[in-house]
Amino acid sequence: MTQMVDYADAVRRYDPVLGIEVHVELGTRTKMFCAAEASFGAEPNTQTTPVSLGLPGALPVVNGTAVEYAIRIGLALNCQIAESCRFARKNYFYPDVPKNFQTSQYDEPIAFDGWLDVELEDGTIHRVEIERAHMEEDAGKNTHVGGSTGRIHGAEYSLVDYNRAGIPLVEIVTKPITGVGDRAPEVARAYVQALRDIFRVLDVSEARMERGNVRADVNVSLRPTPESPLGTRTETKNVNSFRSVERVVRHEISRQAGALDAGETIVQETRHWHEDTGTTTSGRVKSDAEDYRYFPEPDLVPVEPSRAWVEEIRATLPELPQARRRRLQTEWGYADAEMRDVVNAGAIELIEATIAAGSSPAAARKWWMGELARRAKQDERELADLPITPAQIGELQGLVDSGRINDKIARQVLDGVLAGEGDPEAVVVSRNLEIVSDDGALLAAIDEALAAQPDVVEKVRGGNQGPVGAIIGAVMKATKGQADAKRVRELVLERIGT
Amino acid sequence: MTDLTRLSASAIAERLRAGEVTSVEVTQAYLDRIAAVEPAVHAYLHVSAEDALATARDVDARRAAGETLHPLAGVPIAVKDVVVTQGMPSTAGSKILEGWVPPYDATLVERIRAAGMPILGKTNMDEFAMGSSTEHSAYGNTHNPWDLERIPGGSGGGSAAAVAAFAAPLAVGTDTGGSIRQPGAVTGTVGVKPTYGSVSRYGLIALASSLDQAGPVTRTVLDSALLHELIGGHDPRDSTSIPEPLPDLVEAARQGSLGDLTGLRVGVVEQLQGEGYQPGVQARFEESLELLEEAGAEIVQVSCPHFEYALAAYYLILPAEASSNLAKFDGMRFGLRVEPEEGPVTAERVMAATRGAGFGDEVKRRIILGTYALSAGYYDAYYGSAQKVRTLIQRDFDAAFEQADVLVSPTAPTTAFKLGEKLDDPLAMYLNDVATIPANLAGVPGISVPNGLSVPPEGGPGLPTGFQVLAPAKADDRLYRVGAALEAALEARWGGPLLDRAPELG
Repeated sequence: MTQMVDYADAVRRYDPVLGIEVHVELGTRTKMFCAAEASFGAEPNTQTTPVSLGLPGALPVVNGTAVEYAIRIGLALNCQIAESCRFARKNYFYPDVPKNFQTSQYDEPIAFDGWLDVELEDGTIHRVEIERAHMEEDAGKNTHVGGSTGRIHGAEYSLVDYNRAGIPLVEIVTKPITGVGDRAPEVARAYVQALRDIFRVLDVSEARMERGNVRADVNVSLRPTPESPLGTRTETKNVNSFRSVERVVRHEISRQAGALDAGETIVQETRHWHEDTGTTTSGRVKSDAEDYRYFPEPDLVPVEPSRAWVEEIRATLPELPQARRRRLQTEWGYADAEMRDVVNAGAIELIEATIAAGSSPAAARKWWMGELARRAKQDERELADLPITPAQIGELQGLVDSGRINDKIARQVLDGVLAGEGDPEAVVVSRNLEIVSDDGALLAAIDEALAAQPDVVEKVRGGNQGPVGAIIGAVMKATKGQADAKRVRELVLERIGT
Repeated sequence: MTDLTRLSASAIAERLRAGEVTSVEVTQAYLDRIAAVEPAVHAYLHVSAEDALATARDVDARRAAGETLHPLAGVPIAVKDVVVTQGMPSTAGSKILEGWVPPYDATLVERIRAAGMPILGKTNMDEFAMGSSTEHSAYGNTHNPWDLERIPGGSGGGSAAAVAAFAAPLAVGTDTGGSIRQPGAVTGTVGVKPTYGSVSRYGLIALASSLDQAGPVTRTVLDSALLHELIGGHDPRDSTSIPEPLPDLVEAARQGSLGDLTGLRVGVVEQLQGEGYQPGVQARFEESLELLEEAGAEIVQVSCPHFEYALAAYYLILPAEASSNLAKFDGMRFGLRVEPEEGPVTAERVMAATRGAGFGDEVKRRIILGTYALSAGYYDAYYGSAQKVRTLIQRDFDAAFEQADVLVSPTAPTTAFKLGEKLDDPLAMYLNDVATIPANLAGVPGISVPNGLSVPPEGGPGLPTGFQVLAPAKADDRLYRVGAALEAALEARWGGPLLDRAPELG
């Protein structure tokens, strides 16, 4: 086996080029070409019709909602929407493909020529050109039983579940992504993540990576310099986490650099990603022998979305993640770096909801990016998984703003909420944390402190206000921090008679 | 009492409505007839006597209860085995589907059942509708009722022979390149290929999706109109189904039978006659033209120069689509499953063994042709060129229909040939459809009306010939008007239906 080249060395000597194909399962109620339910997790082979089982005589009918979702995706990716486009048959024999052909768009995609600006963690923006977004149907799912690996080799028999067969997919194909250099892995990850966010905002898919709702095929090639012609690419199939996308790119760059250094040629092939070892292995070689005999699907008429419909969809597109971030940053008055931290921490929604619950943007950010981020890190969990809601943070901040508690007490209230003692108000009451604003109670504590520190009284009367702090500190201590420090100061000075 | 099986479907329907007979009586009469003639004809692959009688009893009861019923309620029907029928075998004439019982009904079968028509059974056909003689059936030959030594046409030889043998008053066929019309011509029955999209294809085991169309096989033009109106019309489950309602076909047939075609322009297609057409076939065609002229029609000559390439284009498009449509028959989900005789039992090897054992030679021949025609590097030269020819043929039709309201030709170039005669000569077999294929390529409707007898070249009694009428897409009503007018004129001349002259069977 060829030697892997250290990543930093590889990207110094080679220019990586990416190409990413992302498949997203649409969240339509029914399948792409029939009325079978498209939901996840049902008993095997219960969500089928003669159409999705490919029974003799059955015919497909295009799901209009799937077309609408595909158009939404196309518009969100700044694509042109075809005035007329057709499905084709991709012919190949495999048991999970019930008709032994997949009905897919081929040379006439519904959306084409778009772009997406992808923002990296440091705020750098890279524009990814979109070649096309096309509609197709998913295959069934094979389970190989027996043998050791769960793979087909060595299995005793295989089972096929056709519930997934015919689920609508949109495949988004980029043009070659160039000019990314050593940031190729980051760009790949950020691109897939940006798409996932868009699918969610568009409400076209649950876009859950762990369920395989979103899967990426990652193409990587190397060339000596950015001016050289494109190198031979490998395609790593079915990568289904953001982290894996990044790792695949990094691994393939190191591996291909090693092969090229050794004078080998890169074979155009599909590769499989192994999460456990962080490596890819060779799949099948892509050659001319693989001939899908595409031809226009004669059972379907062309899809011809009217311009009026496309404009209606465009007009009702929700605000996309990047535009929303820009708007919120302006509204909240955060600095670029502050906003980036918020985004990277996945705290936008939390902060937005906290502000909606009455907090100022600054206070909301202070809570989530400060104390709560610290506690989340300490507990090794996501911010959103902390047992506290934005509404509770809003309420907590409200208590501070109204002067009923101070910042220090607020942390104790937070402890109570996180410990499941109820809403902030309830914690304040049950833990008796409200600020003491009764002057009588405060004066008693002040007199006691003044009596204990007569020297301080002398100094203050002599015109030096510095030592007042010592008295205030003593009062705060006596009231367990529940006094309003500002009021204490006023009362102390009054008492001393300055 | 008259032999019920000799009546037309519309005549049976009238008697049922009048309460003169019951559906059980009619159905039983047909079942008896089937029992009598089937040993000689073998039109059916499956006879569903009990189901048919149960439907008949049900519809009789509903009629007795005063329910409003469909005009064809209680009239029995036979269905080509390429159409799926829930609970009834549907083999498409292939071993690969032996024993498969579909879990659903084709749309046209749903409509037949909803109308209360007893289904007598499923009729024989060339395997997957590939053929012009029904000899490619995996389940034996069907014999032409006019001469049991001869073919009944194909692929729908079973439906045509059943109707010609009075073993069904009505049948459903499918026509991809002539499979309704050519059997009609050689058995002396009426066959209609509707406009593409006129009858739902949902539940038709596909041969070539862009060409397939189901239609009526009957003894009279009016019966075809009645059946076409029942099974036709929009179906949301077939994307290629025409959304607009059908023209009034029954009314067109009734009007036509009055015999007045004044003002109608009938175009004789130059390319669909002459060389290759049996002299008797040509003679009957000329006589029919004279009858149309006598009825007031104006005869014009039209030229469709690209029809010359129709057969070649058809034998690229059909196999290409068929190679893909037939891919699903792999032993994985339904039908025949054959494991390899030796070596590992992998999915791929089971698929290969199943397809090797389950498909007949003609099917394999066309799958190989189609796979080749779609291969990378050959697609443009074969499939792509064929699609261009198809466009040129459509333009020929467009131009011809500017000069004429309908186009006419002999349906088939010859009368029925002998069983086995062309079995080893695929090209000779393919030439049977030379006059019917252009309509499928263009999606226009066509009818074949029996128009006489012609003595075959080798001598002997005369055999039926057919007269084809073609109309523009969605103008199926013209077929019925012209067909009914010709039928009326011919029967007046003959003193009765052509089938009265067929030899007695059984």
